[in-house]
Amino acid sequence: MEYFVQQLINGVTLGSIYGLIAIGYTMVFGIIGMVNFAHGDVFMVSSFIALIAFLILTTWLGISSIALALLIILIVAMLFTSLINWVIERIAYRPLRGSFRLAPLISAIGMSIFLSNFVQVTQGPRNKSIPPMIQGEFVLSNRNDFPLTLSYKQLIIWGITAVLLVAFWYLVAKTRLGRAQRACEQDQKMAALVGVDVDRTISMTFVIAAALAAVAGTMYLMYYGVVNFADGFVPGVKAFTAAVLGGIGSLPGAVVGGILIGLIETLWSAYFSIDYKDVAAFSVLAITLIFLPQGLFGRPDVEKV
Amino acid sequence: MSKKSDTQAAPTGWRVDIAGALRDAGVIGLIGVGLFLPLIGFQTVTDIRNELIVITRWPLLLTLVVAIAVIRFAYSVVLAPWLARRALRPPQAAPAWARQIRRWLVPFAIGFVIVYPVVVVAIVGFGGAVRWIDNFGIQILIYIMLGWGLNIVVGLAGLLDLGYVAFYAVGAYSYALLAKNFGLSFWILLPLAGILSSFWGILLGFPVLRLRGDYLAIVTLAFGEIIRLILINWVDLTNGYAGIIGIPRLGFFGIPFTANDDGFAAVFGLEFFPAYRVIFLYYVILALALLTCFVTVRLRRLPIGRAWEALREDQIACRSLGINTTNTKLTAFAMGAMFAGFAGSFFAARQGFISPESFTFLESATVLSIVVLGGMGSQIGVAIAAVAMIGGTEILRQLDFLKQIFGPTFDPTQYRMLLFGLAMVLIMIWRPRGLIATRDPSVFLKERKTIGADMVAEGRG
Repeated sequence: MEYFVQQLINGVTLGSIYGLIAIGYTMVFGIIGMVNFAHGDVFMVSSFIALIAFLILTTWLGISSIALALLIILIVAMLFTSLINWVIERIAYRPLRGSFRLAPLISAIGMSIFLSNFVQVTQGPRNKSIPPMIQGEFVLSNRNDFPLTLSYKQLIIWGITAVLLVAFWYLVAKTRLGRAQRACEQDQKMAALVGVDVDRTISMTFVIAAALAAVAGTMYLMYYGVVNFADGFVPGVKAFTAAVLGGIGSLPGAVVGGILIGLIETLWSAYFSIDYKDVAAFSVLAITLIFLPQGLFGRPDVEKV
Repeated sequence: MSKKSDTQAAPTGWRVDIAGALRDAGVIGLIGVGLFLPLIGFQTVTDIRNELIVITRWPLLLTLVVAIAVIRFAYSVVLAPWLARRALRPPQAAPAWARQIRRWLVPFAIGFVIVYPVVVVAIVGFGGAVRWIDNFGIQILIYIMLGWGLNIVVGLAGLLDLGYVAFYAVGAYSYALLAKNFGLSFWILLPLAGILSSFWGILLGFPVLRLRGDYLAIVTLAFGEIIRLILINWVDLTNGYAGIIGIPRLGFFGIPFTANDDGFAAVFGLEFFPAYRVIFLYYVILALALLTCFVTVRLRRLPIGRAWEALREDQIACRSLGINTTNTKLTAFAMGAMFAGFAGSFFAARQGFISPESFTFLESATVLSIVVLGGMGSQIGVAIAAVAMIGGTEILRQLDFLKQIFGPTFDPTQYRMLLFGLAMVLIMIWRPRGLIATRDPSVFLKERKTIGADMVAEGRG
């Protein structure tokens, strides 16, 4: 029982990270109908930015307050990653908007290859590991000699995710930008006619998606303490699975899907086979798409003449 | 960022706004600083105590930023006015020589690939020929064949497949395991690998028939990854990450290409050269690739080929006219997978070693990008794209002289995939419809009219 609860705790933590990336996929798909293949690599780049910020803060500036350091790292990673994604949208996707459907997909795949190799060339191919940022844990119970723990970093990840989701919900549901985004999602031409700046709204969508991915990237680095240039692909596909599972285009769906994928992955590794954990995630993707293509919260895609 | 200067330059055409261009270049430079500061300005390295530290690379960052600003300045002063002027001119029909080139391109290309090994041997001799025939000839031909195979699925039937490499892997592992464990010859296993692959094509195609567009792409990606992960984890069968070594190599119809007494050179009384094997492999893959192309071209004239293209254009109309969309889609999957299986078994027979590393998503993406960059559905376009993308990145392997310019630590091969990704983005922006953006209809009433590729539907799966 304790073992199971422990896996649940781990799974929700991992799922929070996937959920934050999944929001990026689902937002971009909702607004321009494109699978942003490079999003996983944007997440990986943000992780590297967080790594560099962490090293500068600790070794050069000697900041010892963890809370302050984490806050600065988050802000730095969000800023730079947003800028990078903004430029990517301008260069690689905007010229192809309204072109045929495969063109942006190929462009995004090209961008994904470019980003991971850019990091490989500039930062080297080896794993980058850092000393643990935050140590310590609460022991929730210690029956049968199995300590059920909730580490501080897991708690921080839950906290940050929850705060961000509230902020994000407020942004989409209550602000002018969120309204513009929802309008563009329904009908870009009509939105433009009533005075919404469609280009700017789409740019802002990419900026927000990147900022959330950057938070996920920072937390990924904090949680695992190691990052590699190839780390974008698999978390990217898993987050995409989460977005599909929740119903692509649906924001609460992305979060729920993320947590479900996190749980499936950890429970699978815990009870079946750790080697096949990625197979489990990919199978969930395939099974969802085949039997429930609209996902848990999505609208069905109707074929029209 | 560029909107202002572009709209000013366009109507007048040739008045250049230097101040605006400078301001623009400055803004771009600043954005460049923001973009490159974290990853180029700083580098994480491991120091002597095995701890990760950060070092700075300001000169490199400065050079890059200045280069970007200068390029932007040159663009707004020179290139943008020129493009604006060109846009004002009325479009002209292609000149006569361009049409002549189009007409003679295919016969010339086929002639060239047939004599290519002879030309290479004539220039560099048998000793140096291996590198040129193997790295350029065989490598590019494998991708041309894969591109043509995938073209059936994506270009003709309009089914977006991102897991094509799975079938390539099935072909390669079929050959490797059957040849190694049962000692069967390549010429028996080649069709068998094709059959097994097309079987897998049908098996994986069946559940995804109802999916369309991007969903289909993602499911095929998932299947491709699942097959690769199984190859990694099913160690008993596939030997996992380590791969399969000692796969029987392809001989000359039973005569091995070795320096022994029963080897090819000794049997035919020739001096031994490793190049014989490579030349033979070259002609095998050339024949396989041409077979793929020939079958595709002929299939397009058959009812099934027409059904594929009709399916791509309008699925509902197809169903209304009584075309069995299930069978049509499955045959497309099976045909595409079969050619990938052929290519896979050739790959295993050529390398003598295979591992799951050769069948990553990157390979699928490469083949798909070759099909799309070539212009979906265009056979010659796919071939040109394969030559450009694979040949282009192979050339980087040969640029050793750059070491003399940039110092001995400079390694051009590490930029291979970087430039590959960049080229994918740039070609898509330059020609979203691919390099060959016109189509000849496969069926016509009175005269054959070439149409723009934007008239052709891309298919929704």
